[in-house]
Amino acid sequence: MNLFSAKNKEILLAPISKKNPVIVQMLGICSALAVTAKLEPSIVMAVSVVVVIAFANVIISLIRKTIPNRIRIIVQLVVAAVLVTLVSEVLKAYAYDMSKQLSVFIGLILTNCILMGRMEAFGLNNGPWEAFLDGVGHGAGYGLILIIVGFFRELLGSGTLLGIKVIPQIFYNWGYVNNGLMILPPMALITIAVIIWVHRARNKDLQEK
Amino acid sequence: MNKESNLYTVIYAGVLVIVVAAALAFTNQALKETQKKNEDIDKKIQILRCLNVTANTKEVEAKYDELIKESFLVNKDGSKAEGDAFKEDIAKAYANGTALPVFVAKVDGATKYVFAMRGTGLWGPIWGYLSLNDDKNTVFGTDFSNAGETPGLGAEISTSKFSSQFAGKQIFKNGEFKSIAIVKPGKTAEGQDYVDGISGGTITSQGANRMIYDSLNNYVEFIKQNN
Repeated sequence: MNLFSAKNKEILLAPISKKNPVIVQMLGICSALAVTAKLEPSIVMAVSVVVVIAFANVIISLIRKTIPNRIRIIVQLVVAAVLVTLVSEVLKAYAYDMSKQLSVFIGLILTNCILMGRMEAFGLNNGPWEAFLDGVGHGAGYGLILIIVGFFRELLGSGTLLGIKVIPQIFYNWGYVNNGLMILPPMALITIAVIIWVHRARNKDLQEK
Repeated sequence: MNKESNLYTVIYAGVLVIVVAAALAFTNQALKETQKKNEDIDKKIQILRCLNVTANTKEVEAKYDELIKESFLVNKDGSKAEGDAFKEDIAKAYANGTALPVFVAKVDGATKYVFAMRGTGLWGPIWGYLSLNDDKNTVFGTDFSNAGETPGLGAEISTSKFSSQFAGKQIFKNGEFKSIAIVKPGKTAEGQDYVDGISGGTITSQGANRMIYDSLNNYVEFIKQNN
């Protein structure tokens, strides 16, 4: 069995661009707006989501032949809830400040449409390895957008990246001002819209007729 | 085996729940100690913040040990209680009016008294620390924390913009305990010192107002007897 056959590569890489959950499937927008005011929480959220989706998908895939059809959504929810709780506990132990900042949103990974959608649409019908790749792919596709948005919002909103000042003081002396609007959620929506615009302009096949 | 039978479904759900519960309980126990340590560090940062000292996670232990000279527990009637002030559960202390923590700090040679506060905001608990100068009347600094107030509205009580307003205010007027009122921006309070509340965070501001009064009220006997 070829672990990285053409089909598996497609499973892993398609969600990063052509089937990106945020900018093509329009899923998970809510959390993308909330956590991206700074770059660092965006990265932590991205990593957490990759871990949760990948493992949730694998677990569902491993037990897919035993799950009674009538309670499959409940089973998926339980699996996802356990993983989210685990991530939250681990963050509390090893990245306390981060867990305080992200507290609500880590819990909200559970309600992230991408997570349930992948388990229902992919994990239930495919083997564990494919499910793992699919989860990593979708998590990465989501995380990538989060990081891009976080990058621009922190750069333009606070003049910093990862808390380090990157815009030289001399710019401020010349009259440059941080755009406070970038810190507010609406600008995340507009940033995502700009990303979608650029993405569709480069991928003509995604444009609606 | 019929996967769709009722018996199978019920047993499946039961087993799943037990496995999940075991896994969660195990993680919780395994990580408890590290989490507790983080919470303690956070608590020390909060206590230092109310003394207008900022410390990051790495230096907080050293700074705390350097500044906090003494800590003890007092009862509502002013008598001292047995126990460790730092480890004491403040929520329980307020419910009983016993074993309330007091921290004595020395900042730049002057003695400061730190009192713990606890109350309720709009969505959940709020808490904080308030330090008094050695006249045991004038506020030196405060710090407020919240568990789940609305970001941008009620949660603004945790910002230094809000907490820095308290410095220099007095909790006693003519020897009588008055507390410090939190009023709507622009309003005033009769007969006591006051600060501006949070616009759009009315319930949280009222909660903080009540918290300061109720919490300090527990310490009044202790503060008076030492004057």
